[in-house]
Amino acid sequence: MVPSRVGAKSVYCARGITKIYRMGEVEVHALRGVDLDLFEGEFVVLLGPSGSGKSTLLNILGGLDVPTAGHVSYRGKDLTSNDDALLTGYRRRHVGFVFQFYNLIPSLTAKENVALVTEIAQNPMRPEEALEMVNLGHRLDHFPAQLSGGEQQRVAIARAIAKRPDVLLCDEPTGALDIETGIVVLEVIERVNRELGTTTAVITHNAAIAGMADRVISVASGRISHVKTNQHKQQPRELQW
Amino acid sequence: MWGQLLAICAVIACGVGTFIMTQSALAGLSFTQQSYYEQSRFARVFSNVKRAPLSVGKYIAEIPGVSQMQLRVVRDVTLDVTGMTEPAVGRLISVPEHSAPALNALYLRSGRYIEPNSPDEALCSEGFAKMHGLKPGDKVTAIINGRRKELEIVGIALSPEYVYQIRAGQLVPDDTRFGIFWMGEVALSAAFDMQGAFNDICLDLTSDANEAEVLRSLDRITRPYGGMGARGRRDQISNKFISDEISNLKRMGLIVPGIFLLVAAFLLNVVLSRIIALQRDQIAALKAFGYSNLAIAWHYLKMVIVVVLCGELIGLGVGCMLGMQIMNLYTKFYRFPSLVFMLPMHVVLGSFTVSATSAILGTVGVIHKAVSLPPAEAMRPEPPASFRPTIFERLGLNSWLSQTSRIIVRNIERRPFKAMFSSLGIALSVSIIILGHFSTDSLNFLLELQFQVVQRQHVSVAFVEPYSLSALYELQHMPGVIRTEPGRMVGIKMRFGHHERRVAIAGLQMNPQLSHLVDAEELPIRLPEAGLVINTKLASLLGVKRGDIVTIEVLEGAQPTWQIPIAALVTEHFGLSAYMNLHALNRLMKDGDLVNTIQLLVDQKHRDELYKKLKETPKVASVTIKEASIRSFRETVMENMLQMQFFNLMFACVIAFGVVYNTARIALSERGRELASLRVLGLTRGEISFILLGELAVLTLFAIPLGILLGFGLGKIVTTFLDTELYRIPLVVSPKTLSMAVSVVAVAAVASGLVVRRKLDHLDLIAVLKTRE
Ligand SMILES: Nc1ncnc2c1ncn2[C@@H]1O[C@H](COP(=O)(O)OP(=O)(O)O)[C@@H](O)[C@H]1O
Ligand SMILES: [Mg+2]
Repeated sequence: MVPSRVGAKSVYCARGITKIYRMGEVEVHALRGVDLDLFEGEFVVLLGPSGSGKSTLLNILGGLDVPTAGHVSYRGKDLTSNDDALLTGYRRRHVGFVFQFYNLIPSLTAKENVALVTEIAQNPMRPEEALEMVNLGHRLDHFPAQLSGGEQQRVAIARAIAKRPDVLLCDEPTGALDIETGIVVLEVIERVNRELGTTTAVITHNAAIAGMADRVISVASGRISHVKTNQHKQQPRELQW
Repeated sequence: MWGQLLAICAVIACGVGTFIMTQSALAGLSFTQQSYYEQSRFARVFSNVKRAPLSVGKYIAEIPGVSQMQLRVVRDVTLDVTGMTEPAVGRLISVPEHSAPALNALYLRSGRYIEPNSPDEALCSEGFAKMHGLKPGDKVTAIINGRRKELEIVGIALSPEYVYQIRAGQLVPDDTRFGIFWMGEVALSAAFDMQGAFNDICLDLTSDANEAEVLRSLDRITRPYGGMGARGRRDQISNKFISDEISNLKRMGLIVPGIFLLVAAFLLNVVLSRIIALQRDQIAALKAFGYSNLAIAWHYLKMVIVVVLCGELIGLGVGCMLGMQIMNLYTKFYRFPSLVFMLPMHVVLGSFTVSATSAILGTVGVIHKAVSLPPAEAMRPEPPASFRPTIFERLGLNSWLSQTSRIIVRNIERRPFKAMFSSLGIALSVSIIILGHFSTDSLNFLLELQFQVVQRQHVSVAFVEPYSLSALYELQHMPGVIRTEPGRMVGIKMRFGHHERRVAIAGLQMNPQLSHLVDAEELPIRLPEAGLVINTKLASLLGVKRGDIVTIEVLEGAQPTWQIPIAALVTEHFGLSAYMNLHALNRLMKDGDLVNTIQLLVDQKHRDELYKKLKETPKVASVTIKEASIRSFRETVMENMLQMQFFNLMFACVIAFGVVYNTARIALSERGRELASLRVLGLTRGEISFILLGELAVLTLFAIPLGILLGFGLGKIVTTFLDTELYRIPLVVSPKTLSMAVSVVAVAAVASGLVVRRKLDHLDLIAVLKTRE
């Protein structure tokens, strides 16, 4: 793997990661030896068909799962030890997650969903500030059931960035949204990456989205098949769906 | 879900078990009572006189409605039993020498009936014989008119009159110190100078007889002979105790099983709702494939039926075991020829009805809702739950709550009924413990009050008839006697309006130190110079209050009738009683300064000497030793209560654990996704446990005071059931009972919490990200 931005600091360093799921008699090889580096401040899109191992990779980077073999480190710290407290602490301090199904807490308002994270963070934004960033300053006191899908996803993004995480990991953030709403959500992610300098990785199986990235990493059958560096990053509005 | 279904099964089993237990006991006791009464031709009317010639019998037999008559001599004497220093009371009852009695037939447990012309032969009651290990061939000494008479026991017998063997005026049965002896009438009449006379009447009536009319006629006939007033079977003391127990069983038999089945219905409802919510898409698919609503309903009903049937069957087993236990207990108190456990078909069917009712109550609504959902709608996931800021927050306590506490409060407030029922379920287990234990607490309180505060004497002596105090000089100076208080008991009828009760007036000396009268606050009451003091139960039965004037018909001596005002009321927990100044009583009786009881305070060092003397004193009719009766009562009653309480505690644990565990598991199932999401965001295991266990803790904390309140409420209801002429059980709950109730629930809550906590530690974080709820 060739670093694409000479001089930039490596945030993640993954070498030879393999993930095998055992389901009874069958073994599923989700990842078959992946080497990967992510660099500070870059916007990466992980592109690949469904079932190719993207989520597995992202979950390992995010400290939600550990590889069967291989080595991953975050700024030199090992992420492969199966120590729950350590991984929890890592997620809590450094990672912002955004998922396809938002995973908001239904009993809390938009502001409270964000506050849930800022309450336990070290140098957070105010929840209002985070929601302003995703253009939801006017829906602070709405419950998830009162928000549209796109709005819920933007709350999820606000919740992810409010603690000023070092990395923002998004797994199919637009997967459940229509095109127009999807664009709004991508704009927000792009803005966070640009304004806060947060290292961002976005998973998608939609090749069109690749145009926004600094780098596009293509995944197929548990391996990285191709890495492409975009010379010209497109704005979400300019993407051809 | 297996653990939860098992818990529901256990709750149903407890409900069915307690139902079977009480109903089988009820069936067994009332069946045995009725058939024994019939077989033994238990009399319907009872009366006694001082002494009447046998020729009077002719008039009695002619009373319309009387079908059978038995005239007897009945006398209480002092018994001297080998191996027991203190005197016992023996009741000698005459029986025909040539044939068995026509009424109140004796059942021979062993030995034989008495033979004619054998004046020393006697049959002994089973309870007394058992306590002293007496067998046919053994001898007991009775002191009759100061002369020792050896009675030779030829048989051990039971009588329908003494199924519950308690002496009138006694608080507790005492088989060791009260024995019944049946003797040939010739011998007994001779011993008491009652030849050609009788002092006790038993009658049987024709089926169309008017009992009240017979009682009145009988009273008219016996009045000149010192008739003490006739009473029907209803007021016969042994029968009264058994009938009271039967009506208690009837009422108690519904409360406790009711609680269990209510809880079971609630749990079934909660668990089934959750299962159906989880299988919403499957229901939709089945419907889309063309399965009928009925088929889908049947699918869920099958599961409910299996759970309820399992509970029912286990409950049947447990209930039979407990029913036998109760029967066992009853054989210690009730002397029937045989008292067998029985399980009538209608009880079994009843238990099925009851458990089925709880199942229907709990599931019909849920299943109906599930099947009536249109397939298209069922296919879609349930819309996200809508929440509102809680009342709590709208009151402005916003900043006070952390986000995680807010989740707890909002979850509880979103489904207040579910939370309320969960709390209520837990509360019911608290109240079941209180209900099961307060009877011991109350009894302890009563014994303490009655025997330490009210009755302070060690020994009470009753005399054959009233004597002047000087005639009892000897007794007052017996060895070991520290203090004596003479009194006089006079049998009367008290009337007010159209209410009437037969009681005794106890004439007490002016400032009694050994018999204290206390009011509702346990404060001593001064005996007034004149006027009556009666207990509140008697007052309420007659409908009198302080200052009212009641009519007293004296049943002894010259049988005068008086009008006397009620001067004060006392609170007592046993029987009906009336008190009066001894001098005022004697003045009204106009037969001199007489007494027929003496209360003694005794120096325990000289106790045995005193007992020996008392046994030999001819004037003494009966000697009651306080400590001894309490001790034997405590031993039998308390021991049996402890056994039942153990089961009660187990039941309460089943409810507590069943409710808390189910609540916790359902909460986990409903919010597993949410909690996993929180873990992804970096919340620790401890922090998410706080959300789930915090909710349980809130429900439990709320349940405890509610349960205590409920326990007191149910206890109050039970005590009103137990408020009878014979005794009143106050509602007393000891701190020990309370703390036990609270700890059981706390332990159940913590145990369920730990089970759930273990599950929380193994939440699958990734799975929740892949699916939408
Ligand atoms: N928890 C799991 N257990 C078993 N197999 C899994 C699990 N998670 C993912 N897989 C399998 O691993 C492969 C990669 O899955 P995933 O990383 O989710 O792919 P993607 O996100 O690219 O669609 C798939 O074949 C999937 O079925
Ligand atoms: Mg995926």
